[in-house]
Amino acid sequence: MTNKRWQAGDTIGPLVKPAVSKTQLVMYSGASGDYNPIHTVEEFAQQAGLGGVIAHGMLTMAFVGQLLTDTIGTEGDLLKFGVRFTGMVRPGDVITCEGRVQHTRMEGGRQVVTCEVWAATQKGEKVVVGQAEFACPVE
Amino acid sequence: MSVELFAPFIGIESQPVKNEVEKGAIRKFAEAIGDPNPIYRDEAYAKTTRFGRIIAPPTFSRTFDYGEIPGLRFKREGLIHGEQHFEYRQPIGAGDVLYCSTKLADAYEKEGKLGKMTFLVYEQKGMNESGETVFLARSIVIYRG
Repeated sequence: MTNKRWQAGDTIGPLVKPAVSKTQLVMYSGASGDYNPIHTVEEFAQQAGLGGVIAHGMLTMAFVGQLLTDTIGTEGDLLKFGVRFTGMVRPGDVITCEGRVQHTRMEGGRQVVTCEVWAATQKGEKVVVGQAEFACPVE
Repeated sequence: MSVELFAPFIGIESQPVKNEVEKGAIRKFAEAIGDPNPIYRDEAYAKTTRFGRIIAPPTFSRTFDYGEIPGLRFKREGLIHGEQHFEYRQPIGAGDVLYCSTKLADAYEKEGKLGKMTFLVYEQKGMNESGETVFLARSIVIYRG
């Protein structure tokens, strides 16, 4: 693998995920152990004033996680990853994950990259915004 | 009312719970999030990487059992996730044994889009059998009880 040297302003992604489905929300509930009914039970989500089931914030964060691990590869390490959940994702939404390098520094022979990351729906609404830091070897 | 409910528990930590990281659980998680990366499912491939084993996706640690903060009981249905942060010290791999605990770090009230809301800040950590910290996590959830 050739290791790219990152620079401030470099873009990361995009990673466009297939539309979120209700089946996926059931799968994610099972895989994560998060059985909050706002994600799977239509009536509950309606009564909670959400207008229908919404995706787990952690599912969208996992999409952004995939963007990062796809970018970093197996030679690098994700060091920090944090997000705010800023909008709701509903079944049918197509999520695009992207990022931008903010700054880099050298540490122990590796390049440590700080970037902003986000995920947006097909309508352009940002549903996750955050920051990540990863380290990559430099040849 | 609700902040008063949580205030006595601020700073209280759960008893660490032993979690065994299962490759089947990692594969199911990767399938649920739609991530085809072979590092999450192909043992032969994983052995060729510097990790030497199947590893977990960056958000997988949320699936662990962190135990209960003694005495803190409330309706978790309808909780909304506000923020999630992870700090990774070591990779989490299939077959690893981690001791995970959680702590209510803070509880405060704020006026939000849906009326008065209570924000709960939790801090979690996972330690390996040698007592080293493998990861730290911080989450903010919104309670509308």
